Amino acid sequence: MSETNGNSQSKLHGLWALTNRELKKWYKAPVIFILSIVQPILWMGLLGKALNIGALFSGGTFSLPAELIQKGQFTPTQLALLGSYFSSLQTSILQGAFNTTDYFSFMAVGIIAFSALFTTMFSGMSVVWDRRLGFLNKALSTPVSRGVIIFAKVLSATLRSMFQAGLIIVIAIGFGLQFGSGFNPLYILGVFGMMFLLCVGLSSLFIAITIRSTRIETPMAVMNLITLPLMFASNAFFPTKFMPDWLQTVAKLNPMTYATDACRQLLIFATDWTQVATDFLYVGVFAIIVSTIGILLSWRFLNK
Amino acid sequence: MSEEIIKAEGLTKVFNHSLTAVDHVDFSVKHGEIFGFLGPNGAGKTTTINMLITVLKPTDGKASVLGFDIAKQNQEVRNSIGVVPQEYTADEDLTGLENILLCADMYGIPRRVAKQRAEDLLKLVELTDFKDKRVETFSGGMRRRLELACGLINRPKILFLDEPTLGLDVQTRTATWNYIRTLKQEYGMTLFMTTHYLEEADSLCDRIAIIDHGKIIVVGAPEDLKHGLGGDIITIGIKENVDVSDLISKVENVKDVKKENGTYRVKAEYGEVTAPSIIETLRKNGFTVARLSLTEPTLNEVYLEYTGKSMRDAEESREAFASQRMTMRRARQ
Repeated sequence: MSETNGNSQSKLHGLWALTNRELKKWYKAPVIFILSIVQPILWMGLLGKALNIGALFSGGTFSLPAELIQKGQFTPTQLALLGSYFSSLQTSILQGAFNTTDYFSFMAVGIIAFSALFTTMFSGMSVVWDRRLGFLNKALSTPVSRGVIIFAKVLSATLRSMFQAGLIIVIAIGFGLQFGSGFNPLYILGVFGMMFLLCVGLSSLFIAITIRSTRIETPMAVMNLITLPLMFASNAFFPTKFMPDWLQTVAKLNPMTYATDACRQLLIFATDWTQVATDFLYVGVFAIIVSTIGILLSWRFLNK
Repeated sequence: MSEEIIKAEGLTKVFNHSLTAVDHVDFSVKHGEIFGFLGPNGAGKTTTINMLITVLKPTDGKASVLGFDIAKQNQEVRNSIGVVPQEYTADEDLTGLENILLCADMYGIPRRVAKQRAEDLLKLVELTDFKDKRVETFSGGMRRRLELACGLINRPKILFLDEPTLGLDVQTRTATWNYIRTLKQEYGMTLFMTTHYLEEADSLCDRIAIIDHGKIIVVGAPEDLKHGLGGDIITIGIKENVDVSDLISKVENVKDVKKENGTYRVKAEYGEVTAPSIIETLRKNGFTVARLSLTEPTLNEVYLEYTGKSMRDAEESREAFASQRMTMRRARQ
């Protein structure tokens, strides 16, 4: 008597419908859509151009001490040599610190993972809203599998982040992104692959935090607490090698570090493939572990 | 098909090992009837419905819907029921039609079939002209009708309605009742609903179960329950601050007297004759009647009779309260 009216129900039915529901909220609401485009531009403009770290080392910020010149200890030829040495210092400091001579490029790629962090955070929040607005219970009373309800959230955040990553790259090129020496346009696919893994992991993490919540305040506080270290205890804005040891340890565990490094290796560094492989492996394992926990928790808490 | 389309035996839900929301309830719903759970907020109505629609797992006891065990055969249950939740679950950013199609997708209904059904349902709930408008712009009544359409997309044999007219104005409420009656009369559907509105239970339900503190107190047709009280209700207040219960109870045809907050609730047969006799008796004994009313019993009297108190709002969880407030706010948009 189990009449399904010839409906096609599989383990995954409803996945696209639920994912598209989330995506429609985004691409059909012009304000939200435009804001999500403007946001990375703002970050890039403010952090990348306002914090012009590269300029710190350019000729404008320092010059040879006046007494050196006045005392006549150096011949004009020596002075010229010293001058050129100081200007080449800029390039070597930047190269040494950031692996690239252009801090803006370094920064712009960091923003890819950074914006993914925020997009996935909101997907976590939307679970609480779905619960409070009754949509979650409604979905639970239909034959859609519990895992699909959660996975649709993960997938929609991931697709949004991947779209944003593409957008950030395009905008960054407009602002003067300097590609690495061996860059090949196909490497951008690698960036998308990395974003996919990172976002699956991050949004599962945030959903695992919110799945039990009936109110918005608690997960908000928890998320605020963990996004800050995820953001700054990583190489997203500054190389980890200048951090104190304890912070370096945190940064070494942070998947954001590996995701950002992979994107930089692919886009702006002279690509080190061993490093890229390590990055993918780490973020891949992170994504698998966290999404498994997320799915297990959703089974546990959606079947109360 | 068996006559008993829903059957619950000892159904129990305990939250966090301490809060017993539903306490060993037994009831059955017959094919083709509108069965209502009547009780104050926090009585366990929504928890019961959530167990029947397989959203919550019972802590103890069992229940079957269309012969399927709600715990073991939940996928079969989900496929054969429709649900109209208390909240407005439709997505505000999507249009009416998009929302119905989303529901259809959750049942795995092929798009071609779903589109045809959606059109039919939109016509049924008179939303065809608004199908391409975003739900954001809908009024409370329109949202309620859209929820109804979504709940019907899989052609369910039973429709579960949780507080179907919560927060709606009187006119919209009456209109909603008519849609519900249509479903029963023209489609032979069985409806299970919860309500805390006495008049809604009275005018809409074939049979009701009065529930309080998670327990079913009485089950029956509203008419039978009211009739079962055996008489009219006379409410009397006197000026003097003296207990006259004994005096009143000696009047002929008086069956019961209860004193509540300084007024006497008298149950009596032939109220129109008995009321003057009571006034006469009181006057003879030197008391002055300050007010008197004669009513035929309502479900509130039934409720009072069985629980000893008026229907009041029980304590409930912050979440349930917030969600109900939200629904009521949005209903008025």
